[in-house]
Amino acid sequence: MIWNETIECASREYLSELQSKRLRDCVNRVYHNVPYYRKRMQEAGLLPGDIRTIDDLKKLPFTYKQDLRDNYPFGVFAAPMSEIVRLHASSGTTGRPTVVGRTRKDLDIWSECVARSLFLSGVSNKDIVQVGYGYGLFTGGLGLHYGVENIGAAVVPASGGNTKKQIQLIHDFGTTVLACTPSYALYIADAIKDAGLDPAKDLKLRVGIFGAEPWSEAMRNEIQTKLNIKAHDIYGLSEVMGPGVACDCEFQNGLHVCEDYFFPEIINPETGEQCKPGEVGELVFTSLGVEGMPLIRYRTHDLSRIIPGDCPCGRSTVRIAKLMGRSDDMLIIRGVNVFPSQVESVLLSMSETEPHYMLIVDRKGTLDTLTIQVEIQEQFFADNIKGLQAVEKKIKSNLESVLGISVIVQLVEPKTLQRFEQGKAQRVIDNRKF
Amino acid sequence: MKIKQLSVFLENKAGRLSEVSDILGGAGINMTAFSVADTSDFGILRAIVSQPEEALQLLKNAGYAVSLTDVICIKCPNTPGSLAKALHVLNAGNVQIEYMYAFSMGEIAQVVIRPADIANCERALETHGIELVSSDKLYTL
Ligand SMILES: [Zn+2]
Repeated sequence: MIWNETIECASREYLSELQSKRLRDCVNRVYHNVPYYRKRMQEAGLLPGDIRTIDDLKKLPFTYKQDLRDNYPFGVFAAPMSEIVRLHASSGTTGRPTVVGRTRKDLDIWSECVARSLFLSGVSNKDIVQVGYGYGLFTGGLGLHYGVENIGAAVVPASGGNTKKQIQLIHDFGTTVLACTPSYALYIADAIKDAGLDPAKDLKLRVGIFGAEPWSEAMRNEIQTKLNIKAHDIYGLSEVMGPGVACDCEFQNGLHVCEDYFFPEIINPETGEQCKPGEVGELVFTSLGVEGMPLIRYRTHDLSRIIPGDCPCGRSTVRIAKLMGRSDDMLIIRGVNVFPSQVESVLLSMSETEPHYMLIVDRKGTLDTLTIQVEIQEQFFADNIKGLQAVEKKIKSNLESVLGISVIVQLVEPKTLQRFEQGKAQRVIDNRKF
Repeated sequence: MKIKQLSVFLENKAGRLSEVSDILGGAGINMTAFSVADTSDFGILRAIVSQPEEALQLLKNAGYAVSLTDVICIKCPNTPGSLAKALHVLNAGNVQIEYMYAFSMGEIAQVVIRPADIANCERALETHGIELVSSDKLYTL
């Protein structure tokens, strides 16, 4: 079932037209209402009239998270406080939170987008949806909440935490849909098992809607098996809106973007140029139709790519690949952008467990080399040299076809690669001296 | 008469082999025979040990990629030409060999063979009266 066929199955011409019109309105709004945007456009020598179509978007300067912090708390709001009806804030690691303000119309847009996400996940008004995202300043809980009410399903506003209670509600209410972070879903799954319950027999759960943190396909498989559900990926960030900017459909091959409200670009994080279709780069969003705090070319630092081609579900909205990590991790090797997350997804596709690997970049003369060390896994280990060399070769050719550069693959003993450094996985050693 | 051989993945780095023997030795597990096959960056240690299951668990716990592989061991006189005789038998029986290694003790030489097809190999050897070494004998040599 498709929530809004007019938009979600619209022709490209129709969508471009709509996007162009909304972009013009948005640029006008921020130019006249937000000193920050006016200044940035003036610096770029731009007037609102220079932006006619969605293709003109690339003329506009980027907006960074720091810009929002610099204008704390309400400096980038484009609507007067009399029209703002909701404030959210995300905690910043550096002190100042990032504040967002929404008008009544913005909240309607949000609940429209979440409604689409729910339908993308196969949820209908017959379902009981338990929202295990935190309610409060964080956008997760309330965002899902109003979307569920919008489609007419029953919402259980459980909020996050208190796992025992969550399981009791799932069991006693016959909850059919669980929405929370994927890591919390796994935690709940284990607690359900510990409580002696079998999801297939004792529970009615059938769908999961998980987001707010990156998670791998391996994790998706694990959650699906443990909870006996279909797990969907919902994407969003509070600056742009919150959950519901994009969500994957029954085919689980990329997330359909609500591109009539949030226009996605994939750019090269170094040069700022738009990537070719299908290329991996940083996801950038421009809000279209939003009043309270529209964003122009907001840099998410999330990595993804546009999935080319039509989706068999019948929707024509553009799809972005499951998030692949952060753009801050990008390496440039022989002029090609390489992301550790690409290596991870190649290795993941060849195995069932989390791969451990290390990228080592060296410069021999004027030539950069990329060596990828991969810890040998039980399932790859064969008592025969030819077999191991075949594994090495397979990894090498899969990596080369994805990365587009030649690599050296080295199998190493298990548990020999460094795991974490200050809580963050250390995946790269760059020995080049610039 | 299959024998369980320990196979361990090793990086081609100094000290790796001695670490494995330290671990096994420390647990009182004896290595009767071993060989190392290697490429420029990794190798496989293959060893006949006194307690293969324990050795497997021990090395697994120590973080090694390790497995048990079925092999066959034959015994022949430590004299010129006797290995050749055994090999002719295998050849004639169309037995494909993935690898083999040998060790001798006084009058007797023992040859560990990893055939592509264990049953086929056993049959070929037995019909020609070539003596197979049983696992309990070999593990405790
Ligand atoms: Zn689809």
